[in-house]
Amino acid sequence: MFIINCPYCGEREQSEFKAGGEAHIVRPKQPTELSDDEWAEYLFMRKNIKGIQFERWNHSHGCRKWFNMVRDTSNDEIKAVYKMGEKPPIE
Amino acid sequence: MTKNLRVKTGKAIDETYRISFKFNRSTYYGFKGDTLASALLANNIHLVGRSFKYHRPRGIMTAGSEEPNAIVQLHNDSSRTEPNVRATEIEIYEGLEASSQNCWPSVNFDIGGINNLLSPLLPAGFYYKTFMWPASFWEKYEYFIRRSAGLGKSPTKPDPDIYEHKYIHCDVLIIGAGISGIMAAKVAAKNGLRTILLEEKPNLGGSTIYQDSDHFKINNQNSGSWLEKEINEIKKLKNLEIKTRTSVAAYHGYNFLLARESLTDHLPINQRKDKTRHKLLKIRAKKVITATGSIERPMIFDNNDRPGILLSSAIKRYSDYFGVACGEKNILFTNNDSAYETAISLIQKGINIEAIIDNREEVNSKLIYEVEKNNIKIFKGYTVTDTSGYKRINKISIMPLSKDGQKVVGSKTVLSCDCLGVSGGWTPAVHLFTQSGGKLKFREDDQVFIPNIYPSDQLSIGACNGDFTLDEILINTPKSLIDYLNIENTEYDNLEISSSTNKSKRNIWLLPSDKILGKTKSFVDYQNDATAKDIKLALREGFRSIEHVKRYTTTGMGTDQGKLGNMHALGIISEIAGAKMGELGTTTFRPPYTPLTFGTIVGRNIGEYFDIFRKTPIHDWHAEHKAEFENVGQWKRAWYYPKENESMHEAVQRESKAARESAGILDASTLGKIDIQGTDASEFLNRVYTNAWSKLAVGKCRYGLMLNDDGMVYDDGVTTRLGENHYIMTTTTGGAANVMGKLEDYLQTEWPELDVYLTSVTDHFATVSVCGPNSKKIVSEVIPDLDFSDESFTHMSFKNAKIGKINCRVMRISFTGEHSYEINVQANYGKSVWEKCMEAGTDFNITPYGTETMHLLRAEKGFIIVGQDTDATMTPIDLQMDWIVSKKKYDFIGKRSLYRSDTIRKDRKQLVGLLTDNPNEVLEEGAQIVADINKSPIEMLGHVTSSYYSPNLKKSIALGVVRGGKNMMGQKLIIPMEKKNINVTVADPVFLDKENKRLNA
Ligand SMILES: [Zn+2]
Repeated sequence: MFIINCPYCGEREQSEFKAGGEAHIVRPKQPTELSDDEWAEYLFMRKNIKGIQFERWNHSHGCRKWFNMVRDTSNDEIKAVYKMGEKPPIE
Repeated sequence: MTKNLRVKTGKAIDETYRISFKFNRSTYYGFKGDTLASALLANNIHLVGRSFKYHRPRGIMTAGSEEPNAIVQLHNDSSRTEPNVRATEIEIYEGLEASSQNCWPSVNFDIGGINNLLSPLLPAGFYYKTFMWPASFWEKYEYFIRRSAGLGKSPTKPDPDIYEHKYIHCDVLIIGAGISGIMAAKVAAKNGLRTILLEEKPNLGGSTIYQDSDHFKINNQNSGSWLEKEINEIKKLKNLEIKTRTSVAAYHGYNFLLARESLTDHLPINQRKDKTRHKLLKIRAKKVITATGSIERPMIFDNNDRPGILLSSAIKRYSDYFGVACGEKNILFTNNDSAYETAISLIQKGINIEAIIDNREEVNSKLIYEVEKNNIKIFKGYTVTDTSGYKRINKISIMPLSKDGQKVVGSKTVLSCDCLGVSGGWTPAVHLFTQSGGKLKFREDDQVFIPNIYPSDQLSIGACNGDFTLDEILINTPKSLIDYLNIENTEYDNLEISSSTNKSKRNIWLLPSDKILGKTKSFVDYQNDATAKDIKLALREGFRSIEHVKRYTTTGMGTDQGKLGNMHALGIISEIAGAKMGELGTTTFRPPYTPLTFGTIVGRNIGEYFDIFRKTPIHDWHAEHKAEFENVGQWKRAWYYPKENESMHEAVQRESKAARESAGILDASTLGKIDIQGTDASEFLNRVYTNAWSKLAVGKCRYGLMLNDDGMVYDDGVTTRLGENHYIMTTTTGGAANVMGKLEDYLQTEWPELDVYLTSVTDHFATVSVCGPNSKKIVSEVIPDLDFSDESFTHMSFKNAKIGKINCRVMRISFTGEHSYEINVQANYGKSVWEKCMEAGTDFNITPYGTETMHLLRAEKGFIIVGQDTDATMTPIDLQMDWIVSKKKYDFIGKRSLYRSDTIRKDRKQLVGLLTDNPNEVLEEGAQIVADINKSPIEMLGHVTSSYYSPNLKKSIALGVVRGGKNMMGQKLIIPMEKKNINVTVADPVFLDKENKRLNA
């Protein structure tokens, strides 16, 4: 069970949070102009990396804010957390 | 043949306090402080159970939680009886009753013992190979397998004991209170760190506390006495909390650990009342110091499993700690110096040693000289090749080993004994370290895996870190602590140590024999009866990965997870496969370290607290009026209200008729309600619903359908515009929390520029829905000041009103197709408004109806229920709800997906009505729909999603999804059931009042 440093609340137990999949996938502004393939790319394709992964998390039993996390999936080490809209502090 | 093998007062027992207990229905005596195992051994009982596969007689092998054999059934009553309790761990108490497991009719005469004779027929993978085919025979095999399988019985009645969970936090958690753990605890606590020390046994001090030999001295005191003083000192430390009888079950990432504190298991039954039995501690530690010690290795030779064969260290513990001799004619068999420590202990207590077999040829150390001085015969360079004695060892055969240790040479000597202590060296207890994600490395010198890479802020010290001798522990532990805790020094930096330091060891994983391997039973996993032969067979059959060999041979898969023999299994695999141990890796140890009862895991979350449920403000009224309830999400909803002896069907038919003919009343409080405010609220609704919202006038209501971005229907409900920038959205009962989460997600991450605020107000309002031709008369009486005329209060509109001083929102909306009103009031007034409606409706036979009638009424109208008529594969087009999908809007969630190549397929499953040819035949929900029953295999076209007998239409109606159903109107289809085929016709899903005349009736 992780300890997650919510950018709004500070360190809390993992049980207060919900994972929300891969981060930095922006919903297209003009979906109707996309081909089936382009739309499917946005809709379905997700990475599942062994190593450094960028993820969305939600402090669902706390402030209910969404934020981003950089996590090493091979050892569950959380490298960074940052607010939505901010640039990742790690490449 | 009961004897008293008590030799001298052991350190741990109180001989003034005698305790009686029962084992296999006979009464025995022991002393306070005894474990069941030590008390049985004192009574000369070794045979305590039968093995799992071959039903071989098995005895006590160890003195701790690693015990594979001596597992017993505790208590006789059907609520407290507990299987798989290790006799080596349970402390005896007045009235204890234990019995052997896995044997029938008794441990002394066990019918399953015939498996031992059949064992050539039961090799590794026997069950996998034999019972695989023919598949249809599995049910017959299973009956016999289950009967002959064993390892105890589960209780049949609820657990009457109390269990608790507790969260604790600390700076330093120390696991294990042996000598290194105690040193660590003192150093940490004295440096101002909030420290917790956990010990699985009832006493502190590990194996050093009873070390009473002149060969082991610290600051010129015997090591045991020195440690006792340290223990007395740490008990006074303020920063230190010590918990005994507390076993760490799991070590998870981020230093999160679970431990079971056993509080009453050692007390007489009559002192346990109203006390918590176990506490499950959920520990979050900044730092963890693991000092879990090591486990002695057995030796792998033919018939190494007989009762009377124990670990050498266990024999020492029983004699030092409990004052019990494990036998009167003891032989020790060793490959290292530890067995000589045992020998010295036995000599001190006057316990007879017949001989020592040492597989090393040249050995010399202070300990060995000491033993030799006592005229004990030592066979150097010998190995044990076989043992005999069915229910208790009585003889061993020994032979000299060849120089390379690969075979036996020379002649055989037979020695008689009643107890054989074996010592194959030590294995660091790294189980918790590996559970936490730690990586091990292999130390070639003495063939052990030791901690290498720490995955979190933690440290391993003492024997679990590979320091086996007293001087290594005392020198390395303070050094590690200085480094780890970042401190200047410790009080242990300059101890005077005298200790036997001979570390020589002749490690042979599988000892040679004069017989071929196929003729031997050299057990590697005692509990699961896996032998060296089985491992060799697995390798011959092509298994290479140790995880595969483990599963194929079941080595390490018992309740003890193979704590004794896993290393030998690895060693044997590496030798046969010619691979290096370090490269082979180990199997994974999984939590819990020792088994936990379910009671401990669930704690107080039992009965009504198992899964909390939500009640509406009107719940008590429903209960008083004998409603049956149904679970919807976490809610208890009134399902139907049976009168007198009505069946569910009869009640639902009556309620449905009343609602259409005069008036019905429904508690709709469970529907999700989200308050939406902000200058961009209309734009927001435009984006989340499929239809258009900008032009909805203040005071009007609109039904909306919400999709996922994949185009599939997600939720639905009516939203009302309360003001220019203020809406109240309703969601399905089960979907409320998810819809709220989804809307917040889009607002925060995709559209942060929108000025919109969401508040969940589901619990704030109670909702009373009154429907039917007389609904207007009833609500007019309840709210006399409000103008209910159809001109002023049209369908799909809303008004604020007052009932006395109570503010309420009244919506004229309908889920039944009837003229109806929903009154929303602050939750606390819900029941009183409900009662007012009931009173006002008395003359109109107002009838409370539940969810079942609601479902029937909406099905008559062809209204969908999201989650019943839809799953996550239905688009609004599939539902024939094209009318609600805006063509003009530029975008909304899911829009683009509605014309993906897959979603525009003509043969998608589509929602249709179904009418049975026989109007009295009611279909089963979930039944498959087909067109041609002669085709093989039958082509499934879809399934029935909703089905009822409509009392208003006097016929059976159903909704279903059918492939290409939109274009099948009027077509005949078949519902094949177990006993018959039911003929149906595809129909319009709206069965009643297609023109919506009743809404304004
Ligand atoms: Zn937060």
